[in-house]
Amino acid sequence: MSKTIIAARDLTRHYPVKRGFLKKIGLVKALEGINFELKTGKTLAVVGESGCGKSTLARLIAMIEAPTRGSLEINGEIASQPVTRSQRFIPKIENRKAVQIVFQNPYASLNPRHKTGTILEEPLFLNTKMQAAQRRKLAEKMMEQVGLRPEHYERYPHMFSGGQRQRIAIARAMILNPKVLVLDEPVSALDLSIQAQVLNLLTDLQEERNLAYIFISHDLSVVKHLADEVMVMYLGKVVEAAPTKSLFEKPRHPYTAALLSATPTINPATRKKRITLTGELPSPLNPPKGCAFNPRCANASDICRMKAPPTETSAGRQLACFNPIA
Amino acid sequence: MKKLLEIKNLSIDFQTAGGLFRAVDHIDMTCDSGEVLAIVGESGSGKSVAMLALMGLLPWNAKISAEIMQFDSKNMLSISKKERRKIIGKHIGMIFQEPMSSLNPCFTVGFQIAETLKLHLGLKRAQRRRKAIELLELVGIPAPETRLNAFPHQLSGGMCQRVMIAMVLASKPKLLIADEPTTALDVTIQAQILDLLLALQREKNMALILITHDMGVVAETAERVQVQYAGQKVEEQKVDNLFKTPHHPYTLALLSSLPERASGRKLPSIAGLVPGQFDRPPACLFAPRCSFAKNLCNKKVEKQSNALGQALCNFPITYPQQKSANAKV
Repeated sequence: MSKTIIAARDLTRHYPVKRGFLKKIGLVKALEGINFELKTGKTLAVVGESGCGKSTLARLIAMIEAPTRGSLEINGEIASQPVTRSQRFIPKIENRKAVQIVFQNPYASLNPRHKTGTILEEPLFLNTKMQAAQRRKLAEKMMEQVGLRPEHYERYPHMFSGGQRQRIAIARAMILNPKVLVLDEPVSALDLSIQAQVLNLLTDLQEERNLAYIFISHDLSVVKHLADEVMVMYLGKVVEAAPTKSLFEKPRHPYTAALLSATPTINPATRKKRITLTGELPSPLNPPKGCAFNPRCANASDICRMKAPPTETSAGRQLACFNPIA
Repeated sequence: MKKLLEIKNLSIDFQTAGGLFRAVDHIDMTCDSGEVLAIVGESGSGKSVAMLALMGLLPWNAKISAEIMQFDSKNMLSISKKERRKIIGKHIGMIFQEPMSSLNPCFTVGFQIAETLKLHLGLKRAQRRRKAIELLELVGIPAPETRLNAFPHQLSGGMCQRVMIAMVLASKPKLLIADEPTTALDVTIQAQILDLLLALQREKNMALILITHDMGVVAETAERVQVQYAGQKVEEQKVDNLFKTPHHPYTLALLSSLPERASGRKLPSIAGLVPGQFDRPPACLFAPRCSFAKNLCNKKVEKQSNALGQALCNFPITYPQQKSANAKV
């Protein structure tokens, strides 16, 4: 029986933008009222264009930053909530161990001056009281699990290919035996044939350890393959969230529909007429009035330009739209 | 009738500290006006290098050898630098992968477009300005008059790519080479840019060579596809046939490793890595990763006929219904 391992309640993050000395000129609402629940062994995918707040969400879930409002619950207990200016944000060590993160670019996320062994043992060194020999044993076991050879222990990151580096990054995240893994575009920097290898590794690890994944991606074909649930974000808000199958078969939000249709399919016989979105993501510093998507939306009506649509939940689907696709 | 672009037996070696490294290995390629050719391959398959050689943009340590490298009946191998400069940028345009880094950050967009117009078309200042506005409009940039004075960092990635396209189109090239034009962009912007490129290609009857690693982009845009692996061309087919009946094991493996085609939870992945400089197999470069490989594959490799997609393979994959299907067409 799987239980809810991690949940977000009205998770929000705002960044003040300053120019010059102490002059506040605006507020970027990077993340606004995110709600989700994730069960062990399941995968929640987060999709959206760049600048929609995907990576901010990843940072909040990994507890790198505190939210401005709302809270993050792990195992039913509040793990992260807003802090006042005088407090420092220090999440509990068990919670930090429970959630780990793999970053997008394996060329930038590994310290070039550390050997693989050092990279893998650092989390153990910081978070546990293990002895050196124990750490090494665990690191070697982990390397074997992600498909690295024992002689790789003594090598530096530059000696590895992109796929192997991503394996190191996954091993580093896995070494504390987390319950939740945040994957921030883990395969977008990899070649096609390597991408399949890394995705298989992730599926294996999930089955073996009953991990929950938060999978951030802009590649919808990968999301469709891997995720149980998909959350579509636009300018810091969730516009639609639903189980993968129903979202891909029947998108209700016009943005989801456009995103699905913009993704190229690999069947040349069915070159479809795309719903091409005009324009680009508006600046989060100066979002449009009403629904953030209204300037690019084909279904937009007057009310969309007046006020933001509330998020409604029905039949396992969150939807924020006044004129959804029937 | 001569083809617009004809390349035969092109090889490119790089002089490195560890000896010669063959980046492109006996590649043939043709592309005619009004055609969209896609070149697909993973990184290191030599797809960009071959095009850079045509443009004459390779560094000094590259050694280019080819039987034929002709563009518009001119021999691009023996041509002088001065002559070449008249052709590249004017008759052959190229769009690069990273729009943000391929524009000069020190100059405004308008200045950079006008530079092309001055050099290749010899227009006067006022004409240049008018033409630049016209071009920006053509590629779908709103408020082009104000955008002329914008610096690249003030524009988004998609906008920068549009500026690049505008710049390339300024001289009405006969051949447009797009090197991963949408890799750095979001899917919604990618769709916009691809639609734009195809519309312009059709309208101006250009030849378009699209270099990409994204099978989805290939399926949606190309007419003919050329698959490259470790510097060699391993297969060439019309786009429909390539996705239906791939003949080279590499193409087949690449297609079946796509998440979209997977049936189960596990993806059929290709084991191993692309060979590097020091572990090149003796004959077929794909043999160590190939599931069809036999002993013969380590001794020699043969190129198959056109009917088998010119697959560079001793044991190409054949399909029983193919003969009848071809007869119908």
